[in-house]
Amino acid sequence: MSHDTTFAAPPAEAPARPRQVGESPLRNEDRRLLTGEALFVDDVHLDGMLHAAFVRSDYAHGNVKSVDLTAALEHPGVVAAYAAHDLGDYWEAGPLLVPPPPIDDLEFHAATQVPLAKGKVRHVGEPIAVVVARSPYEAEDGAALVEVDIEPLDVVSDLKGGLEPDSPRIHDQLESNLAAHVIQRKGSWEEVRERAHRVIKRRFWYDHGASAPMENRGIVANWDARSRELTVWDTTQAPIPIRNGLAAMLGLPQSEVRVIAPFIGGGFGPKIMMFYPEEVLLPWISMRLGQPVKWIEDRQESFFATTQERGQDHESELAVDAEGRILGVRDEFLCDTGAYNPYGLTIPINTQCTLLGPYRVPNYHSEFRMVFTNKPICTPVRGAGRQHGVFVMERLLDRAADELGIDRVEIRRRNYLTPEEFPHDHEIIYQDFKPLVYDSGNYAEAMDRAVEMIDYAGFESGAGAAARSEGRHVGLGIVSYVEGTGVGPYEGARVGIEPGGRINLVTGVGTQGQGHFTSFAQIVAEQLGVQASDVEVVTGDTARFGWGTGTFASRGAVVAGNACHAAALEVRKKVLTMASSVLGAAEEDLDLAEGVVRVVGSGESISLGELAALANPLRGAVTPGTEPGLEATAYFGPERGVTASGVHAMILEVDPDTALVRILRYVVVHDCGRVINPMIVEGQIHGGVAHGIGNAFYEELVFDEGAQLLNASFMDYLLPTATDVPTIETDHVETPSPLNPLGVKGVGEAGAIPVGALFAQALENALDVDGFEVREIPLSPNRLFELMRDAREEG
Amino acid sequence: MKPAPFRYVRPSSVDEAISVLAAEGYGAKPLAGGQSLIPTMNFRLAQPAVLVDIDRLDELRGIRDGGGDGATNGLYIGAMTRHSELERSAVVRDRAPLLAEAMPWIAHPQIRNRGTMGGSLAHADPAAELPAVMLALDARIHLRGPAGDRTVQFCDFCTGFFSTALAPDELVTGVEIPPLPAGTGTAFLEISRRQGDFALVGVCAVVTLDAGGVCTRASLTLLSVGDGPVCAKTAEDALRDRTLTPDAVRDAGEAVATIDIDPPADIHASAAYRRQLARVLTARALDTAARRAAGA
Ligand SMILES: Cc1cc2nc3c(=O)[nH]c(=O)nc-3n(C[C@H](O)[C@H](O)[C@H](O)COP(=O)(O)OP(=O)(O)OC[C@H]3O[C@@H](n4cnc5c(N)ncnc54)[C@H](O)[C@@H]3O)c2cc1C
Repeated sequence: MSHDTTFAAPPAEAPARPRQVGESPLRNEDRRLLTGEALFVDDVHLDGMLHAAFVRSDYAHGNVKSVDLTAALEHPGVVAAYAAHDLGDYWEAGPLLVPPPPIDDLEFHAATQVPLAKGKVRHVGEPIAVVVARSPYEAEDGAALVEVDIEPLDVVSDLKGGLEPDSPRIHDQLESNLAAHVIQRKGSWEEVRERAHRVIKRRFWYDHGASAPMENRGIVANWDARSRELTVWDTTQAPIPIRNGLAAMLGLPQSEVRVIAPFIGGGFGPKIMMFYPEEVLLPWISMRLGQPVKWIEDRQESFFATTQERGQDHESELAVDAEGRILGVRDEFLCDTGAYNPYGLTIPINTQCTLLGPYRVPNYHSEFRMVFTNKPICTPVRGAGRQHGVFVMERLLDRAADELGIDRVEIRRRNYLTPEEFPHDHEIIYQDFKPLVYDSGNYAEAMDRAVEMIDYAGFESGAGAAARSEGRHVGLGIVSYVEGTGVGPYEGARVGIEPGGRINLVTGVGTQGQGHFTSFAQIVAEQLGVQASDVEVVTGDTARFGWGTGTFASRGAVVAGNACHAAALEVRKKVLTMASSVLGAAEEDLDLAEGVVRVVGSGESISLGELAALANPLRGAVTPGTEPGLEATAYFGPERGVTASGVHAMILEVDPDTALVRILRYVVVHDCGRVINPMIVEGQIHGGVAHGIGNAFYEELVFDEGAQLLNASFMDYLLPTATDVPTIETDHVETPSPLNPLGVKGVGEAGAIPVGALFAQALENALDVDGFEVREIPLSPNRLFELMRDAREEG
Repeated sequence: MKPAPFRYVRPSSVDEAISVLAAEGYGAKPLAGGQSLIPTMNFRLAQPAVLVDIDRLDELRGIRDGGGDGATNGLYIGAMTRHSELERSAVVRDRAPLLAEAMPWIAHPQIRNRGTMGGSLAHADPAAELPAVMLALDARIHLRGPAGDRTVQFCDFCTGFFSTALAPDELVTGVEIPPLPAGTGTAFLEISRRQGDFALVGVCAVVTLDAGGVCTRASLTLLSVGDGPVCAKTAEDALRDRTLTPDAVRDAGEAVATIDIDPPADIHASAAYRRQLARVLTARALDTAARRAAGA
């Protein structure tokens, strides 16, 4: 395949001064966030605003015999209540948000979520009716009065069982609970298995969890009949697709629908899902009642009503030669999509692709079956299936290292792709429908730095030995991973300079705390010779920018960031062209800095504000064809995703008597290409590691056999807190991406991806008990206690 | 997560509160710090018709050393005393070090600023620290109802899973903790998943040594291993008149884990893991209490 879309990085146009990209200015948005002036959805208060509450299924699987709204409608304060049949033609199954990629012989069966359950409920928490009242209290009172008669059906709660021929069927229109079956192959596993020096075979279970953002979902919809405008404030990561979809569903022109994704307290994936039932219903209700309606998801609801990510059951084999070189991998897994599969195959394909990691894997057989279960819908959560794949590969390499007597760092080094091998084609298809081709990287360098930072060489004889001689159990872990980031299709941005000199930047992506108001501002400021704090950033308001897809797959900085860059470059060009004619000097003699264009060597100058005023004359004439203003809109669509990577290392201590674990050190060496803002990148890594620690040792969605979630609160769904997350020491390797002008790669999910694999290795190192092996995530003190006991009993 | 409709009254005296409770019957609930009651109302697990807010009844607040209502010259603590007040009290540290040591294990600072001792004892969560501490310290609980005041020995107060000897029209007014005998050391240990979570297992150890270092009395009280706080009778008896050698301490842990408790399993800890934690924590707490007793 061709790799013609390459760019020089960093761009030649970058002015030497003042440098913006690469610096860590304080974040533009923090003043508003810290002083309580930032608008979140729940801050929207409108005259006459009503409140919605949902009646949700208590059963994981059942036939809905009847829904009686009478008592609810009689309750004081209740204004309206609706069940599925009240929606008429508006009732429609949601779109297949992510269709399957073009992979040969792929089998895929779509079944998407519905606005309100009709006929059948398929998971606990599925909405059955909605009650609208003057206050949220009265709405919940009303919801408690809705009488729902459900005939329970047998439940599909486990993956293997769900595929048995006699399993209950969740979707009557499908032949079985098989949602998808996909095989991707490279080379010949069968052939290489025969001649391998050794084949390691293991079964692994890797479960993920809830996204648990600080702010749950929320929606306010307001149909104003006089101005003919439907305004929807939504905690979505994808405001523009929501606008487009709502307009189509409601039969309105897109110009009459405005979706605002204001400040959002964390997204982590599930807020990219669409359409959620609540998103479909609130606008419809507002149009019907002619009043604004609000719904704010509560924490308990969010455990059922917001999508989540769950477990995969892997059977995996690694073939190596005598030197520990990977000859091939075979991996077969089952994965859970929950009751519906609107997000297609993104998660398992991420698993399939990310498993290959930074390694040269000449032969690969990867096969998965995705299964419908009576549990909440699965869509990507930070990492999005990547951690599952990394766990499998890193665990297999650890075992190969043990069996061959090779050091665990050395076995990884022997298998790393080298910088000369890029672009590297893995010959399978990635989640962006493109071949999985790595753009750039330097994995050995990241490993070298991590080895040095954690003092890998000195640990065994030094700190590790010292601790052991005191009877303490201290272990070190060190693992590698890659992260496919920054996928297409495209994003856009508009940059403009106002008379007075204010710089505006508008982009379509929504923002959930990533620091876009600062990093995008830095990109623009660099080109326009101003400070990041001079750039006013607007994101996520379809009335301000109407083209784009959303914030997901660690793509904001890569895709929207490069659109900002392109728009800023065009405005810079306009500024210099105009200044050249106003100042009567050649463009090469102009210097743009501190908001002023100066003629080098002379005292002549003009400010950006003055130029902007001249660019918008109120009287007189312009040359025909002149566009007013110093403004430009630009788009960026990458040829394909870019590959970030890194190495995590940790030292932890286990108390074998209590199975409690304490992390003593945590090191991350990360490569996200060119770093726009080191502080923000580190923040993303810290947050990701916190999520990863949660995934590895605290968070678990515990379902019983009836697919009832047993821990739908923060009392029992344990997020790591400040006391559980150690100080994280970070360093960056920068291998600029050749696939975009800024040379950047994504970083949003990196911190979360390898933590399970890291924990597993460090625990084995600390305990050094024969037969003690970690083949599953999440762990907990209780589970660790059981694993240690089993190893001792068997050993 | 919004509560069902309820009425709210704020009486200005304990007696007025009791008459409201008596008039309303089972539909009324005293509201103290609200840290257990309000969450259960928000989940609609509790739907009291009336909340009787005792939050501002200062007569229920305070820590008094010696005398007071007590016949025993002990430490008297009013029901509405906040967890954080107990945590910071020098008198508590001095007179009931076991209580002081347990306080930081209760929830988080925000919750300790609102939550009250009386609320915790009335709520009787089997994983709560205060009921176990009161049992370990032989406290007497003071109750007041329409018929007047009564006191109950703490071991008779806890009657089961989230249940107590409290009548619906009674209030806890305070507790009285007798002074520790000479030569006594105490220790509190707990394991929870995260700082501030309810205990997976907790242990209170109270050890009295004679001049020769022989244990004349040992009390071991565990939390989060049964329907309420659990006294480890077998282990306690085995320790009497013994020197607390490492073997004796280990045996006590073993007896607690295998004989004295029958712990529940939940999503955070199996019964076997709870037994293991009880084994380890008992030994560690005993050892610490014995060392403190020797230095006392
Ligand atoms: C996140 C979280 C973590 C927590 N962790 C812990 C923990 O680790 N350990 C722990 O022990 N507790 C914990 N708690 C509970 C906390 O300690 C509560 O404060 C305590 O259990 C109840 O005290 P309260 O004053 O808030 O009582 P309330 O919530 O007001 O009342 C609780 C119950 O007691 C009754 N009541 C209250 N006062 C009286 C009285 N004087 N007379 C008669 N009845 C009364 C009420 O009617 C109600 O039924 C936690 C709470 C939260 C929210």
